[in-house]
Amino acid sequence: MMKTKLPLIALLAMSLPLVANAHRAWVLPAATVLSGENAWVTFDAAVSNDIFYTDHAPMRLNGMKAIGPDGKEVEMQNQHTGKYRSSFDLELSKEGTYKVFSASSGLRARWETEDGKRGFWPGRGETPAPGEFEKAVPKNAKKLQVSQSSRRMETFVTAGQPSKTVFELQNEGLEMQPITHPNDLFSGEKAQFRFMIDGKPAVGVEVTVIPDGSRYRNSPNEIKVVSDKKGVVSVEWPSAGRYWLEAEYQDDKAAKPATTRQGSYSATLEVLPQ
Amino acid sequence: MIKKMTAMTLLGFACIGAAQAGDLALSVELPRIDVAEYHRPYVAMWVQNKDSGDVTNLVVWYQLDKSGEKGEQWLKDMRQWWRRSGRSLDMPVDGITGATQQPGVHIVDTKNLKNLAAGSYKLYVEAAREVGGRELLQIPFEWPAKSSQLLEVQGKTELGKIALQLTP
Repeated sequence: MMKTKLPLIALLAMSLPLVANAHRAWVLPAATVLSGENAWVTFDAAVSNDIFYTDHAPMRLNGMKAIGPDGKEVEMQNQHTGKYRSSFDLELSKEGTYKVFSASSGLRARWETEDGKRGFWPGRGETPAPGEFEKAVPKNAKKLQVSQSSRRMETFVTAGQPSKTVFELQNEGLEMQPITHPNDLFSGEKAQFRFMIDGKPAVGVEVTVIPDGSRYRNSPNEIKVVSDKKGVVSVEWPSAGRYWLEAEYQDDKAAKPATTRQGSYSATLEVLPQ
Repeated sequence: MIKKMTAMTLLGFACIGAAQAGDLALSVELPRIDVAEYHRPYVAMWVQNKDSGDVTNLVVWYQLDKSGEKGEQWLKDMRQWWRRSGRSLDMPVDGITGATQQPGVHIVDTKNLKNLAAGSYKLYVEAAREVGGRELLQIPFEWPAKSSQLLEVQGKTELGKIALQLTP
């Protein structure tokens, strides 16, 4: 279900970047830094307008995964999907950093049909099989645009000493490689993250960081930064709290039949007070 | 009240023989807090070298739980200590960890600082209380001390007076 929903958002993002911002997908841990043996963390996951307010739709959990400090999958326990949010628990039975994530990538196409309507592929709710692109997309369609698109959403929690195993790159799509550990963020300090596209530094990634609590203020107080030649961004945390980070990347270095390559990445981060 | 505390502090130092050469003596006050639900605070005290960042732990008071490790669940609430040292330790630690303490002035054992190398340091005292607040105090000092010094800092909420007596 999640896989089916995200491509649509990706398509919208291609045509109307502002519209894509209206609904944000996030997974929010109740705590990110834990002590003691066998700590438990509970998570909420939803798609919403305002960050971390469950006001639109639950995130479907079947596209999500959790991996532990040893790189092995960890069971997402006590899963529940309600009207506005999904929730689940992780038992942190090993010391180190855990990652909860969902990721998808593939070809997307849009064109104008002979009768002037908008055609797109894959269709809503479809996860295309390999080789289906050739059959489904008319090569000589008007205004045909094919993109190689990836989407990734992550959050991190740590029991005891932070570890780095879960940062191992897949070398596919837009990924974040932390320089500052994402569970070691403190207000007033600077954090650095490197963005990679298909395993290489992604230059010019547009990163937006939004602090929690937008309901209680008039402006979103976004922090906007762009990655440098090495794919690195620096963010200085103005205050403690939860943040939602979103990164967007696009270039024309796509493999055929795609003409554009685009990646989107988001993460939920917690910044602690000094 | 403050005068009385100082007198008590000095008395305490005298008792543990703070006047010995090349010595540090520390007293930490936990204030009496008048609340319906009072839990003794978790307290961590450590010394950090300004240049290397190396941490030497003096004392960590937390809820020692014989049956399980439930008390360890809240160690992270001493956030700076957890970051600087706690998360890399395997609790409990001999010579560092102990049970939570009652309100009052406590003379803290500084034996872990016996072989402190010369340099610039900061003493940190961090307290976190269940259903209460958190407070972090610090006293910068040079070691070895050039002259006899009494360095004090006054807490506002979870900690009272912290006094560090340096003897050259």
